[in-house]
Amino acid sequence: MAVAQRVASSTQIWRLKEIAARMRIDIIEMLAKAGSGHPGGSLSAIDILVCLYFSQMRYDSKRPDWPDRDRFVLSKGHAVPAQYAVMAEAGYFPRQELMTLRQLNSRLQGHPVNTALPGIEACTGALGQGLSVAQGMALASKLEGDKFHVYCMIGDGESQEGQIWEASMSAPKFKLDTLTVILDNNNGQIDGHVTEVMNLAPIADKWRAFNWNVLEIDGHDMQQILDALAQAKATKGKPTLIWARTVKGKGVSFMEDQIAWHGTAPNAEQAAKALAELRAADARLQKERP
Amino acid sequence: MPAKATRDAFGEALLKMGERFPNVVAMDADLSKSTKSELFAKKFPNRFFEFGIAEANMVGTAAGLGLSGKVPFACSFACFISSRFDQVRISVAYSKANVRLVGSHAGIAIGEDGYSQQGLEDLALMRSLPGMAIIQPADDLETEGAVEFLCTYQGPAYLRTTRQKVERVNREGYRFEFGKAVELRPGGKDAVIFASGGELYLSLKAAELLERDGLSVGVINIHTIKPLDTAAVLNAAGRTKILVTAEDHQIIGGLGSAVSEAVAEAGLGHRLLRIGLKDTFGESGSPEQVLAKHKMDAAGIAEQIRERFR
Repeated sequence: MAVAQRVASSTQIWRLKEIAARMRIDIIEMLAKAGSGHPGGSLSAIDILVCLYFSQMRYDSKRPDWPDRDRFVLSKGHAVPAQYAVMAEAGYFPRQELMTLRQLNSRLQGHPVNTALPGIEACTGALGQGLSVAQGMALASKLEGDKFHVYCMIGDGESQEGQIWEASMSAPKFKLDTLTVILDNNNGQIDGHVTEVMNLAPIADKWRAFNWNVLEIDGHDMQQILDALAQAKATKGKPTLIWARTVKGKGVSFMEDQIAWHGTAPNAEQAAKALAELRAADARLQKERP
Repeated sequence: MPAKATRDAFGEALLKMGERFPNVVAMDADLSKSTKSELFAKKFPNRFFEFGIAEANMVGTAAGLGLSGKVPFACSFACFISSRFDQVRISVAYSKANVRLVGSHAGIAIGEDGYSQQGLEDLALMRSLPGMAIIQPADDLETEGAVEFLCTYQGPAYLRTTRQKVERVNREGYRFEFGKAVELRPGGKDAVIFASGGELYLSLKAAELLERDGLSVGVINIHTIKPLDTAAVLNAAGRTKILVTAEDHQIIGGLGSAVSEAVAEAGLGHRLLRIGLKDTFGESGSPEQVLAKHKMDAAGIAEQIRERFR
């Protein structure tokens, strides 16, 4: 289904782009400091996360256990540096804590841990599981009269897990219009391109065949992301899957679509090069301020 | 009181608790007629979720419900719940989700269906997870008490029920106390049997048989496998010659291991006898036949203990 056009103000779009540009810098700095982690999938996901946290979702970062909050479950948990970056920006914790990523006793575990960090909704990262958990939250919302909306991000590589398809069967059965799934389709996984390791194409057709409302977007176009999220929330009677075509490593030229950057942190030199690119991009954006 | 399967007692108890606790929900994966969650499903159709034959998705969804203020009872056969260990491990246990995993059809005593449907490693798997409470009731009264307890307990829990009918071992008015062993047959100068679930009334019968041979055998009900009532175990160890465990499970990893670990860690070097499936697979046959073959019926339990006194 085509995404209905709703024109967000140019100021709003610029603001989201500006946040995303800074978040990309945070991601690289965090990973370089940690010395390990997953840049590729964090950079492909970040524009969508920025739209969720700074436009779409209803939450209070000072009250992470507010029962009526919208939920976000990052099923592809290895991209959690992207979520930590937006959570710090949203005020869940001080920004300097980002530099504790993956360190002993840090709340910022290598994959998301709800019992460690308030604002994380569930433990994920064992791939294939987060969508079912999000579905449970969306069911709870239905039982409470649609009190909140649940967003879940899955990966295309992750969609090789059978549990994803178990959940894809059940959410339409339960008429879960309280659930929106975003498929971060970056075509990368550890052993190669998804299309080669275990091809899922035509993936949107599969979700349509399982009776989902499917929206197709460019996962780096803020306007398209906002429109799709709004349309998903307005859709009644069935869950929505937003098929977001993305670029792994987006924003850092030498990481883009390079499989090697799935799960390798940049060394000091590589980080400096990446940060120079990202800061230049941010500086260009600052000049375009509406 | 006629014998009753603890799965039946579970179904009836859940139905009762459904009235009292509006946050209780239930789910099943195409076995609601067997796990007895169907009683709840019929009464509360809006609070029951049928997943079809997809247990991983059911377990994960239960985690989401549990993390959102609901108290989900996710039901299937013990073997199918525990075989979704990755989901139990991360979505439920690590997330500390308020989920009640209900595994019915515990052990070889399900009989004819054979090994593929028999829960025989579930206790070992569940015990290995931090914070996972494990309850195995021995009769209908205890099952109701356990279900009631689980409606307000905070944290992940595993409840194990039987397909076969079991005789009542507790008295009317019995109060279930989480984590507390119950001495059902006092004494035991010669042996004390720590029994759980379907093996409990069989152990009581075995103790009677042994009494005729002049052996003094006590029986203690371990309905809570985790956390184990270590004090009760060590207390018994101090006053008997042989500690016996009896469970319808592999002798590796379940109650037998739990008791052995407690005794060994206390440095007691005590004589132990673990009754259960001895590192072999289950098989088809009537419940009575398979229990007899593996020396897990009353006569078999008595025989294994008697041998230690020859």
